[in-house]
Amino acid sequence: MSRLPNEKQIALELCGIDKKFGAVHANSNIDLQVPAGTIHGIIGENGAGKSTLMNIIYGFYTADSGEIKISGTTRKLNSSKEAISYGIGMVHQHFMLVDNFSVLENVILGAESGGLLQPSLKKARTELERLAKEYQLDVPLDALIEDLPVGLQQRVEILKALYRGAKILILDEPTGVLTPQETDHLFKIFDALREQGVTILLITHKLREILAATDNVSVMRQGAMVAHRKTSETDKEELAELMVGRKVRLKVNKGDTKTEQVLLSTTDLTYLDEMGVERLKKVSMSIKAGEVVGIAGVSGNGQSELMSTLSGLISPSSGHINIGDKQIDAQHPSSADEVRQLGVGHIPEDRLVMGLIKSFTAEESAILGYQNSAIYNGVVLNKPKMINQECVRLMEEWDVRPRDPKLRSSLFSGGNQQKLIIAREVDKNPDLLLIGQPTRGVDIGAIELIHKRIVELRDKGKGILLVSVELDEILALSDRIIVMFDGKVVGEVSAEQANEKVLGMMMANIMPDHLKSSTQVNQGEQL
Amino acid sequence: MNDSKIPAWANMIVLPLLNILFAFAFAAIIFIAVDVNPIEAAKVMINGSLGYQEGIGYTLYYATNFIFTGLAVAVAFSAGLFNIGGEGQAYIGGLGVGLACLGLDHVLPFWAILPITMFASLLFGAAWAFIPAYLQAYRGSHIVITTIMFNFIASSLMVYLMVNVLKLDGQMAPVSRIFESNAVMPMFHEIAGWFGLSFSQSPMNLSFIIALFCCVLVWILLWRTRWGYAIRAMGASPSAAEYGGINHKRLIIIVMLISGALSGMLSLNEVQGYSQQLKLDFVAGYGFTGIAVCLIGRNHPVGIILASVLFGILYQGGAELSFDFPNIDREMIQVVQGLVVLFSGALSFMLVKPAERLFVYLDEKKQSRITSAAET
Repeated sequence: MSRLPNEKQIALELCGIDKKFGAVHANSNIDLQVPAGTIHGIIGENGAGKSTLMNIIYGFYTADSGEIKISGTTRKLNSSKEAISYGIGMVHQHFMLVDNFSVLENVILGAESGGLLQPSLKKARTELERLAKEYQLDVPLDALIEDLPVGLQQRVEILKALYRGAKILILDEPTGVLTPQETDHLFKIFDALREQGVTILLITHKLREILAATDNVSVMRQGAMVAHRKTSETDKEELAELMVGRKVRLKVNKGDTKTEQVLLSTTDLTYLDEMGVERLKKVSMSIKAGEVVGIAGVSGNGQSELMSTLSGLISPSSGHINIGDKQIDAQHPSSADEVRQLGVGHIPEDRLVMGLIKSFTAEESAILGYQNSAIYNGVVLNKPKMINQECVRLMEEWDVRPRDPKLRSSLFSGGNQQKLIIAREVDKNPDLLLIGQPTRGVDIGAIELIHKRIVELRDKGKGILLVSVELDEILALSDRIIVMFDGKVVGEVSAEQANEKVLGMMMANIMPDHLKSSTQVNQGEQL
Repeated sequence: MNDSKIPAWANMIVLPLLNILFAFAFAAIIFIAVDVNPIEAAKVMINGSLGYQEGIGYTLYYATNFIFTGLAVAVAFSAGLFNIGGEGQAYIGGLGVGLACLGLDHVLPFWAILPITMFASLLFGAAWAFIPAYLQAYRGSHIVITTIMFNFIASSLMVYLMVNVLKLDGQMAPVSRIFESNAVMPMFHEIAGWFGLSFSQSPMNLSFIIALFCCVLVWILLWRTRWGYAIRAMGASPSAAEYGGINHKRLIIIVMLISGALSGMLSLNEVQGYSQQLKLDFVAGYGFTGIAVCLIGRNHPVGIILASVLFGILYQGGAELSFDFPNIDREMIQVVQGLVVLFSGALSFMLVKPAERLFVYLDEKKQSRITSAAET
């Protein structure tokens, strides 16, 4: 067989794949052809059925009907083990690695060649060295996973799949945890893989990546394949429209509201976690009324801890936070409840872990954090009618669907859950809003609404702290952008100075030269 | 995956009933193995527990105990706490009730004693739950371990007190004196008499009404107050509860105090109603069975009442059974009870998946019938 990519040959073909979960038609009559040695993008909103489809290809689910052809042969995939044996590999969004194992040990985990470990390790080492050379996938084989940055961990995942003989590689939202530079490197790896004849299925909701990396793209909407395009013959606008089913506005207009009133400031804010690791290192910053301060950074570099200390969930180890006249420090800790009463709303980064309670009804989740407030309670009993009415009103104002306050919170889609949480926090009219990942796992339609409302709040003179891993979002909404790396502030740039390249360098703890001399630079330099 | 594929009525009623049927089917096999006709046995059991007034009285007397301990487990479980210490809390609650009765039965009339004994049972039961609660909240010692340990401590403490302090002079048995009649719970047949009704004599007493009243209170607490909201929030998602400004340390202590108090109230039935004296081991496993009752009752007061009556039937009917059949002894009854716990508690989700598939299948059938009807 020729090693050159052969456009004629189809690596993977799906015919009429259909899958129902109860009443939910997750995949309906899906047809897909992926030529060998190409990078094929699959985009769609959350809940469009991408994950279900990939899980069918990877053998996690069995389709109700339809067939899967791998290199022209019809195959029945009943388990991921079978899928692997037919040369399908998958890199999950959340890595499946053992943190305290070395790279080598992780790669052979589950693919050991015998009862004894040493021969397997030896065999794997030669094989991996060959793969690393062939695909430009350099990874220190004896390093522990926990010592590796996320970008390298992802390469380990890719190596794992290749080691098992993958010829078709599925990557589920692979860039969510990467800096723009790491993303670029990943795409280079894709190119190398393609040259060696590997077929890549890239699942993402980021249009930019589809355009940058893929040869072909398929769009899913509500469980169906709605379009197949050659990437070179389409653009952002068309794909967005295909995904949502209508025209979308991706830009937000901001009013002019600059004031000098500081709502919240931190001075040398430091936080040590239970293991004594410094998660925040002397962070000093401020948020003024009428501005959006964006916090950029690869996730896990202290943004979550910053949100938690500011919202009173954890207490600073040293340094202090000032909210209005109130000072919070190690000697004077504060609770989430107290901070809320100071007029600080908090939209948590992980809505399913903190923002709402999955088993509660929507109306119950809609009072979380305000369950003791006077409007919902009598002397002893609470007021079910009031709770219900308020939830109906919030759902109306924020277009939460379905408009059923008695429906369990977990049964709403991500976007609607998020709208309900934002509605709850915004409705209490806080002076300051801490917003974490407002649009993670949210469909484009909801993103539009959420972005518009955030800017409206800013224009009304509220202060907003926005933590997001989506650089597009940070760039679109922020007036000032603070970049964090390893728990400290690398530097701060104004919206005008910021672009993807600048932020990307700062996220990797490099201060761009042309910014070093400017007055905006603070701690980044000393560190 | 969610369970919304099954209608609520099937989930709440049909599935639990099916689970119990499975348990009885297995029990039937065991009965056949020891040469007992299972249908005959079932008849005796039902008749013995529900067939006549005294039997009903006994069944509900047992049920009273299960309601208290079942509620105790349910309240703690709603907050995500597994209180295994109902046994010890009820035991110490009984000490409180006993001391109050022994101290006051010469002094006060019943209607003055009742609030005091109720308060004593609450207070002593709650106090016994306090230390494990404190250790869990502020020291991180797991509540399952500490409450089990406190069951043993309660047991040893009671032996010491009964043998060395409360035993009557010149007596061998470690029991207190019998309470004067004005300290004793009015029996149900007496209460029925006040209204001109007649009911056979049985140990069922006023505390059954108190137990039902507690069910209402627990329901209101959990579902209609802000404190119940906090309890359920902590149970469903500790991180979200913390985000919601709920102080989990304080809440753990409050919930365990309520749970311990409910366990302690068991002694109103057992000490002040049934034995009418303090003695050893009167809790006799009711605390542990409360866990099963709570599981079968799906953590809901109404379910707990139904499950309590079921266990009342098993206890009372089982006693009649061993009376009638020489091949069936006390241990055999425990096997039947064990099967019910196994199928309704431990295996309670066994039938969920098949039921889901059945309903999805029925749904599709209906859909296709509708479409084919539309076509013709």
